[in-house]
Amino acid sequence: MTTTVRLQREHFDAGAEAAKIARGRDDVGALVTFTGICRGVENGEPIAALTLEHYPGMAEAEIERHVAEAADRWPLLGVTVIHRYGRIKPGEDIVLVVTASSHREAAFEAADFLMDYLKTRAPFWKQVETASGKTWVAAKATDDAAAGRWQVRRREREAAE
Amino acid sequence: MKMKLRYFAWVRERIGKPEETIELPPDVATVGELMAWLASRGEEYAYAFENRNVIRAAINHIHVRPDAAIKGAGEIAFFPPMTGG
Repeated sequence: MTTTVRLQREHFDAGAEAAKIARGRDDVGALVTFTGICRGVENGEPIAALTLEHYPGMAEAEIERHVAEAADRWPLLGVTVIHRYGRIKPGEDIVLVVTASSHREAAFEAADFLMDYLKTRAPFWKQVETASGKTWVAAKATDDAAAGRWQVRRREREAAE
Repeated sequence: MKMKLRYFAWVRERIGKPEETIELPPDVATVGELMAWLASRGEEYAYAFENRNVIRAAINHIHVRPDAAIKGAGEIAFFPPMTGG
């Protein structure tokens, strides 16, 4: 499996990254590309920008651990994760997950799994800038619940084996 | 025991620095005890650690729970729940 994990300030090109995974091989039958984008309105209030802080070293290590877990759960042929940090304006991309597999179910599920874990386990913190100042984004219980469902599925699978 | 501590997001802002190296008393054995001890170091630390059950910790870049032993840890980080993605 080819794995790319990158943290960067700069924009990324989702199409080019996705094409890179499938290039030169004929076993990829499904390619899922997810791009997270900065919204311009948060809780009804227009925002000027997001600033993403991260823990260098741990962020890469944590993402690589989740990519390894995804590869353990699904028959993946390639995974690319790119997460930006620094100041990001509305409409700009924040995060990219690309998964490639022979069939769509594995590619869809692995991308979903990786996003759930990026939101709850990768050491990144968002700060929102609005006209009234800067505030840290609070973690959402719905994100924890979304990540938790994969643990339930793992326990069910292990019980069935 | 000397330990490198790192702080992120509002934990960093409340304490007023991103990292420091601290000499720990020998009776501080776990991550939870370390948070309690840090909270006693001054107003800014008390503010950062006032709600200790929401603060997450990592030892050497790996998430840990408050009962994790800190012996031999090179770097311990404290931060709020993560909001990436």
